[in-house]
Amino acid sequence: MSSLSIRLPGLNLKNPVMPASGCFGFGREFSQLYDLSLLGAIMVKATTPEPRFGNPTPRVAETPGGMLNAIGLQNPGLEKVYHEELPWLEQFDVPIIANIAGSTEDDYVKVAEQLSKAPNVHALELNISCPNVKTGGIAFGTDPEMARTLTKKVKEVSDVPVYVKLSPNVSDIVKIAKAVEDGGADGLTMINTLLGMRIDLMTGQPILANKTGGLSGPSVKPVAIRMIYEVSQYVSIPIIGMGGIQSAEDVIEFFLAGASAAAVGTQNFVDPFVCPKIIDELPELVTRLGADHISELTGRSWKKHERLAYYRP
Amino acid sequence: MITQEVCTVVSNRQIADSIYAMVLSGNITDAMDQPGQFVHVKVADGLDPLLRRPISIASINKEDRSFMIVYRKQGKGTSLLAEKQSGMTVDVLGPLGNGFPAAEVKPGQTAILIGGGVGVPPMYELAKQLARNGVKVISVIGFQSEGAVFFEQELARFGAVYVTTADGTYGRKGFVTDILGDLGTTADFVFACGPTPMLRAIENGQYGAKTYLSLEERMGCGIGACFACVCHTKEDPKGFSYKKVCSDGPVFQAGEVVI
Repeated sequence: MSSLSIRLPGLNLKNPVMPASGCFGFGREFSQLYDLSLLGAIMVKATTPEPRFGNPTPRVAETPGGMLNAIGLQNPGLEKVYHEELPWLEQFDVPIIANIAGSTEDDYVKVAEQLSKAPNVHALELNISCPNVKTGGIAFGTDPEMARTLTKKVKEVSDVPVYVKLSPNVSDIVKIAKAVEDGGADGLTMINTLLGMRIDLMTGQPILANKTGGLSGPSVKPVAIRMIYEVSQYVSIPIIGMGGIQSAEDVIEFFLAGASAAAVGTQNFVDPFVCPKIIDELPELVTRLGADHISELTGRSWKKHERLAYYRP
Repeated sequence: MITQEVCTVVSNRQIADSIYAMVLSGNITDAMDQPGQFVHVKVADGLDPLLRRPISIASINKEDRSFMIVYRKQGKGTSLLAEKQSGMTVDVLGPLGNGFPAAEVKPGQTAILIGGGVGVPPMYELAKQLARNGVKVISVIGFQSEGAVFFEQELARFGAVYVTTADGTYGRKGFVTDILGDLGTTADFVFACGPTPMLRAIENGQYGAKTYLSLEERMGCGIGACFACVCHTKEDPKGFSYKKVCSDGPVFQAGEVVI
C-alpha cells in the first residue's frame, strides 16, 4: 500500500482514491457494504446552511455512457451535518472532505467556518460548480472574479485547507483555476458535471423535472482529462481529478493528465464496490508502469523529461 | 444484507404481451425474505445502459436458491434483459429496500393484494407467504387488455382472484378500484403495487384497516446514496423531511408519504 500513500494540503491519505461528493451521501449506505476505512478519503454530500429538499423528481435520466442528475443539493443542513453526520463518520479511520455550498457568499462562509472545525474534516471542497440550483453554485464558478473573492473569504474563516471544485461549463477553465489559486485555494477538484438535457419522445418534454441536469459518467472523462491536463500546467496547487472514473486504469490516466488524487462518482451507483476494487488493483498497475509510487505519474503526459515504461497489459 | 453477485439465468420467458419472467439462481437468494423487496440489475456489461435497473422480486425459492423477477420489455435496458438465455449471467445487487410487512398479518385475518400491470409481480411472493401463514388472501389485479394479463393462475393457488382490464377484453372492464368498491369486505390489510394514480385511489378508498403501498420512482443507486428517488412525507408535504423510495421504501404505509 505504500506506493499509494499521498500527502496533499491537509490530507494524509492511505491511498489517492475517494468517492466524489454527491455520489456517496454521508457514507451511511455504503458502510453496509464495506469498511469505509479502506478509502483514501470521503467527499461527503454538499452542505448548505439550511436544510434543502432539492428539486422535484424525476431527478435522473440516463444517457449512453452516462447519466444526468438534477438533485438540487438536497441535504439536511449545516447543524445536522455538523452534529450528526460528521460525528457518525468518526468511527472510521478516514479523513473527510466536506463539500460546502450556498446561495450567497455569506452562506459559504457560514458553512465553511463551522464544518472546518469538525475533528474529522481535514479539508473543505468549495462547491462553486453545481449546475442544478438557481442561485449560487455555478454562478460563482463561471466568473473568475467572483470565484476568487469567494475563495478568499472562505479561506479566511476555514481552519483547514480549501479545495475549489471547478465547473467544466466555462470557456476558459485555466482562467478560473488561476483565479481561485490567486484567491488562496490550497487545491482544486475537477470536474463537476457538464450541463445537459434529455427529452422524452412520448411527452415531447425534458425528462428531468428541472429540465437541465449535470452529465456525469464515463462519457465526460475525456473532457475531465483535457481540462486537468491544461490546468495542471498553469497552477502550482494539486488537483483531485474526477469525471467518469470506472477503473484503476482510469485513475492512472487522471494522474498522467496532472491529478494528484482521484475521486470516483457515478460508478459508485453502477458498482457500489468500485472504490475498494480500484484501491486493490492500483499497486500492481503502478508497478507495471515502472513507477515506485503513484505520485511519480502525476503530469507525466506533459512532463517531457520522463518517459513511461512500456505498458504491458 | 446487501450483496452483489453474478447470477445465472435459469429461464427467461415471455408470459404476456411484453412481459417476461426471469428466474435467476445464486447465493443472493439466501438474503431474500420480504416480499416487495427489489434487486438492482445490470443488464449489459458495457456502458449503455450504464445504470442498473430496479426490478421487484416476484418469487423466492430458498430450496434451490433461485428467485424470479418479472419485467416489461420497454426500453433499451429491459430489451437487453429479454435477450438473456438460460446459462447466461446477470450482475445482481440486492436484496434492496423494505418490502411488505407480511409477518404483521395474523393467521385468520384477511388481506387484499392489489397489483396493477408490472405492479403485480411482488404480489405473488406476498400471497405465497401470507397463505402459508393462514391468512385469507384476496387478489385484485388490473391490466390494460387481455394480452397483458399474467399471474392469474399463480395467485389463484392462494385465494380468490379478480381481474380487470381497462379495455374490457378480459375479466371486468375498468380498474381495480371498481372491484374493490364491490367486494364489500373490509380487509385487515391492503397491499398494493402499481401505477401512481392507482395507488392514490387505493389510499383514498381506505379499503382496509391498514394499507401498504409500493412506490415506483426513477432510481440511481438503489441503496439510498444518490437522492434521486426521494418523496415528501405527508406530515411535512412541502418541507425538508423526505423518504427515499429505494431504501426507506419502496413499501410505505398509506399516509406516510406524498404520492
